[in-house]
Amino acid sequence: MFQATSFTRRKQLSELMARTLFLLMTLMMVVPLLLIVGYLVYQAWPILSLDFLLSNPKHGMRAGGIWSPLLGTIYLVVISLAIATPIGVLAAVFLNEYARDNWFTRVVNLAVVNLAGVPSIVHALFGLGAFVLFARLGKSILAASLTLAIMTLPVIIASTKEALAAVPKAFREACWNVGATRWQTIRHIVLPNSISGILTGVILQVSRAAGETAPIMFTGAVFFKAVKEGHIFAYGLFDQCMALSMHLFTISTQVPDVPKALPYGTAVVLLSTVLAVNALSIIVRVRLRSRRKW
Amino acid sequence: MVTPGAMVEIADLRVRYGAREVLKGISLEVGRNEVLGIIGPAQSGKTTLLRILNRTLDDVPGVVITGTVKVDGVEVRQVRDVFALRRKIGMVAPLPVGLPLSIFENVSFAPRMAGIRDRGELEERVERCLRQATLWDEVKDRLHSLGTRLSGGQQQRLTIARALSHEPKILCLDEFSVAIDPVTTMRIEDVLKSLRNQMTNILATNLVQQARRLADRTAFLFNGELMEVDRTEVIFSDHPANRKTYEYVNGIFG
Repeated sequence: MFQATSFTRRKQLSELMARTLFLLMTLMMVVPLLLIVGYLVYQAWPILSLDFLLSNPKHGMRAGGIWSPLLGTIYLVVISLAIATPIGVLAAVFLNEYARDNWFTRVVNLAVVNLAGVPSIVHALFGLGAFVLFARLGKSILAASLTLAIMTLPVIIASTKEALAAVPKAFREACWNVGATRWQTIRHIVLPNSISGILTGVILQVSRAAGETAPIMFTGAVFFKAVKEGHIFAYGLFDQCMALSMHLFTISTQVPDVPKALPYGTAVVLLSTVLAVNALSIIVRVRLRSRRKW
Repeated sequence: MVTPGAMVEIADLRVRYGAREVLKGISLEVGRNEVLGIIGPAQSGKTTLLRILNRTLDDVPGVVITGTVKVDGVEVRQVRDVFALRRKIGMVAPLPVGLPLSIFENVSFAPRMAGIRDRGELEERVERCLRQATLWDEVKDRLHSLGTRLSGGQQQRLTIARALSHEPKILCLDEFSVAIDPVTTMRIEDVLKSLRNQMTNILATNLVQQARRLADRTAFLFNGELMEVDRTEVIFSDHPANRKTYEYVNGIFG
C-alpha cells in the first residue's frame, strides 16, 4: 500500500539535494563574515585598549590612537540623523497618511526611490556645491552632516513609510468612523503601533552614515586633526573633523610605514560600532514588538 | 425631542467609482427611531450607501457622487464639521475591529477624541455602552486588558459599544454577522432589539431572515438599484411589489 515508487524516491532525492544546496549557500554567507571579523580582531589584538580609543593619532599617524576620528564620526552620525530623522519621518507620515494618489505624490515617491539609489560620491559632489560653496558653510562638520543627512533621508522616508503601511487600514477606518481626525488617528493608533519599525529604519542608517567615506571627503573630513583628548565637546560645528572611515583609508593607503595593527584596530572599532548599533536596533525592535497589540 | 422629518433623506443618489456606477439613482427615507433593513446580494451597493452617510466615501479615489443625502435635515456634502457628522452616526463594519488599545480605551476613544477629559464621565459612558452591547458582565473585571485579545463575537460587541460611545443618532451595521457564530449573532440581534426606539438603525445584511427578524421596513438593493422598499411584512409576503424581491427573499436567485 505505502510502498515507495520510483517517483517518490526521485522526489525524496531532489528534496534532499535542494535542502543541502540551500544549507551550503547559507553557510557560504556566514563563513566570510566570521573569517573577516576573526582575522581583523586577531590582527588588531595587540593594539586594542582604552588608550587606543582615547588618544589622538601621533607621529604622522604612525602611532597613537583614534580619538579624533572616532569623535568626528560620532559627531557626523548624530548631527546628520538629528537632521534627517524628523524630516524623513514627518515626510513619510504625510506621504502615507495624508497624501492622495496624484501626480505630485507620484513624483515625490519616484524621487525618494531614485534618491535612495544615487551613489554616495554624487551626494558628495552635491554637498560640496550646495553646502560648502553655495551656502558658504565651508568644509565643516555641519556641511558634511547635511550631506550625510541628504544621503540617508530617502532611505528613512522609505523605511518609515513601510512601517506605517504595516498598520492595518481597518484601524484607521475604525477611528475615522467614530469622528477622529487624521492627526488623532496617527497620534493615538498609527504611530504607537509603527514606532518599532520606524526606529529600526532610522538606526540602520547610523551604520550607513558611519561607514560612508565619499560624502564627507569633500565636505568636512580632513586628513589629520588633533582635538582635546577625552573631551566630548572637542569639535565645533564649523570645524573640520577626522572620521573613522576616512582615517582607515588614509592609514591603509596614503601613509607609509604604519604599524600593521593600527589600521586593523581602526577597522575593528568601526565594525564593532556598526555591529553594536545593529544589535541595538534588533533589541529595540524586539522590545517594542512584544508590546504590539494585535 | 421629536423633530419632524426623516432622519435620513436620500434623493436620486448616484455614485460612480471611475466608470463603474455602483448606485444608480437611489431615493430612500429612514424615519426617526426606525429600523431599516437593507438586503441584497454582494456588490449591490449596500456598503457604499452606508459610507455615503458619514462621508468616509470621500477618501476613495475617483469617486463621483451626485444627488442629495440629508442626515438629520442637513445635506452631508455641505457639512462643515465632518467629524461632528461622523459622531452622529455609529458604524459597525463586517469584520470586528478591536483597536490595539485596552477595552476601556476602545470604548472611551471616541469621547476622548471629541474632547471629553473627565475621568468619571468617561467611566460612566464606557460602562453604559458596554452594558448596551451586553459585554459588560464578561469584561468588567479586565477593562484594562487588550481589546484585540477578545474573541471574535466579543470584539464585534466591543465594536458596537464603540459605535455607541459617541452617542450617535443613527446606528449603521454592515453585515455585522459575517465573521461570528449564530449564537453570538442572536445575542447581538437582542442588543439591537433593545436599542429599538432609542435611535435610528440601518442594518445592511446578507441574511434576509435577519432583516425579517429586526427591521420595521426593508429595502431590497440589487445591482445598484433600489428594487423595492416597504414594510418588512410586505417584503417577506407572497406578494411584494417587485417579482425580483420575492425571488431573492425566497432564495430563487441571489
